[in-house]
Amino acid sequence: MRAPLLKIEDLSVHFQIDAEGGWLKPKQQTVRAVDGISFDLQPAETLGIVGESGCGKSTLARAILGLVRPTGGRIVWMGENLADLEEEQMRNKRRELQMVFQDPLGSLDPRMTVGQIVGEPLKNFFPSMSRLQIRERVSGMLKMVGLLPEQINRYPHEFSGGQCQRIGIARALVVNPRLVVCDEPVSALDVSIQAQIINLLKDLQKKLRLSLIFIAHDLSVVRHVSDRVLVMYLGKVMELADRDSIYHNPRHPYTRALIESVPIPDPVAERKRTRNSLGGELPSPANPPSGCVFRTRCPYAAGECVEQVPKLDEVMENHTEETALHRVACIRHERI
Amino acid sequence: MALLEVRDLIVTFDTPEGEVHAVNGLSFDLDPGQTMGVVGESGSGKTQTALAMLGLLAENGRATGSVKFRGQELLGMSMQELSSIRGSSISMIFQDPISSLNPYMSIGDQLIEVLTHHRNLKRRAARMRAEEMLHQVQISDPTQRMRQFPHELSGGMCQRVMIAMGLLCQPDILIADEPTTALDVTVQSQINLLMDELSEQSSTAIMLITHDLGVIAGLCDRVLVMYAGEAMEMADVDPLFAAPAHPYTEGLLQSVPRLDRDDSGILNAIPGNPPDLLRLPVGCPFRARCEYAWDRCTAHPELRETTPGRLKRCHLDALPLVSEVTTEQGSA
Repeated sequence: MRAPLLKIEDLSVHFQIDAEGGWLKPKQQTVRAVDGISFDLQPAETLGIVGESGCGKSTLARAILGLVRPTGGRIVWMGENLADLEEEQMRNKRRELQMVFQDPLGSLDPRMTVGQIVGEPLKNFFPSMSRLQIRERVSGMLKMVGLLPEQINRYPHEFSGGQCQRIGIARALVVNPRLVVCDEPVSALDVSIQAQIINLLKDLQKKLRLSLIFIAHDLSVVRHVSDRVLVMYLGKVMELADRDSIYHNPRHPYTRALIESVPIPDPVAERKRTRNSLGGELPSPANPPSGCVFRTRCPYAAGECVEQVPKLDEVMENHTEETALHRVACIRHERI
Repeated sequence: MALLEVRDLIVTFDTPEGEVHAVNGLSFDLDPGQTMGVVGESGSGKTQTALAMLGLLAENGRATGSVKFRGQELLGMSMQELSSIRGSSISMIFQDPISSLNPYMSIGDQLIEVLTHHRNLKRRAARMRAEEMLHQVQISDPTQRMRQFPHELSGGMCQRVMIAMGLLCQPDILIADEPTTALDVTVQSQINLLMDELSEQSSTAIMLITHDLGVIAGLCDRVLVMYAGEAMEMADVDPLFAAPAHPYTEGLLQSVPRLDRDDSGILNAIPGNPPDLLRLPVGCPFRARCEYAWDRCTAHPELRETTPGRLKRCHLDALPLVSEVTTEQGSA
């Protein structure tokens, strides 16, 4: 077993909010955005994280990058607990952990040129670099993401959505990170452009041996890019497994429901499909159900699901050394 | 006669930069009970077509051509005449359900208003009909929901209310503009199931605007593929998905990763970007991104019928069976 690049142990991010009720003395309520999540990430591995809006995907990403403070658990980066680091040490770590955002244009400063945007992280982390060196590195980077080095003096509004996302990727990669967290990097793009960006990310990952955490709600896209997939629901991990294992043999009722909900661009297959869509909606993370958080929408829920909080257990059947561990948080998964 | 006949629809917008050509000579028919999918990328003119039909274009927009509903010309109709058709014979639901509802009015009042306005129902009768409709779109406890305001409901719930509102007057045509794009997959599947049932139970024709080919495959009878404001291909859903006849349709189908296939190789992305609607290229608007483009493509292709019911706008008679050309990483 290789040493993981990143190890998340029992990570929680809880927010305190003012609940309804008292006006002078509002009651405090806890929103469990991320609630006891653990996983490993290997070098050069892509981990896909899927789940519906409000499941805590983005909060998890922000916690890993140190943009929100975890309320519990550990984030271990190459053997070091990030929470123990001083401000200055953390700053240096940030070079190794970068992020690509969802809104391609909104995440770029409209008053800066492309050269300034992509060059800024270099100025930050490598103050000794000369202007010429920065310019060279930036134009090399632009070329790498499929933009023309001549475009270096242009402003973000002069580019299309796909091109802006390329600029965002260049900005993340210019400082040679080890891990890039992509939060819905293609969901704002048209399908033809989406394919270009997915191809680019996969290509760069291979070339630069990057680790990626790829957060998306689109299960087909996640399947296409990921080595392993983590399914989240209401701040918790429902299932974590190798890509093929999870898509061919989903064990958690939620994962199954997600996969069944995706429409397939084939009318013949669509007509044959039994459509049993999941009823109900995501409960409030301020007031999650007892026991299994998914039980209120689960077609297989039984009495025991109300009391027992399922642990993320290994699926034992068909287990071989070669297949990566398949873990599922459902006490009834063997009977489904 | 078709329920809706659109002929040579042209929509332009006057902007400080010049004239934007959003829809360029679009013609199609919609029959009673039919579900037609309109697919294309942003800027292909899908939404502007729908808005032009209903006289809802922005102030700087202008529509010419002809849109006939039951033989009656809608373009150039007075606002008064149009508003008796909108919401009653033709209704539309929008992408963002929460901001399409009035935040100051309860769900019930918004639904009742539709009926008292268009159907001259008394409030009490309208209330009963509205509750019945909410029940039909599977909203639990309609009486309670009628008292609530849009912000108290989730996105999926608001979209159900919008669909209920759209169907209240049993319209002949329901235009749904990306009705599930803003929703989560599980909720999307609930809404699609609902639309499918409703279209089977009633004779309402649906014009479903979407960029999601999966949604089209699941819900539609006929498909209109748009690019740069023009119809690139029009066909029944089965032949279109089985063998796309236009390179753009083929490109769209190949660029999406599919859940029913084990493939993690390079996606066949369409290179480049959609054309600038201020300066449309001469000839085929898709030729700059088309892997089969040849010298004839500098002449603008006509929309022609290749087999009965199947139309395409392309000089090629058939697409090569296996695309030998592997698309280069597009420099967008």
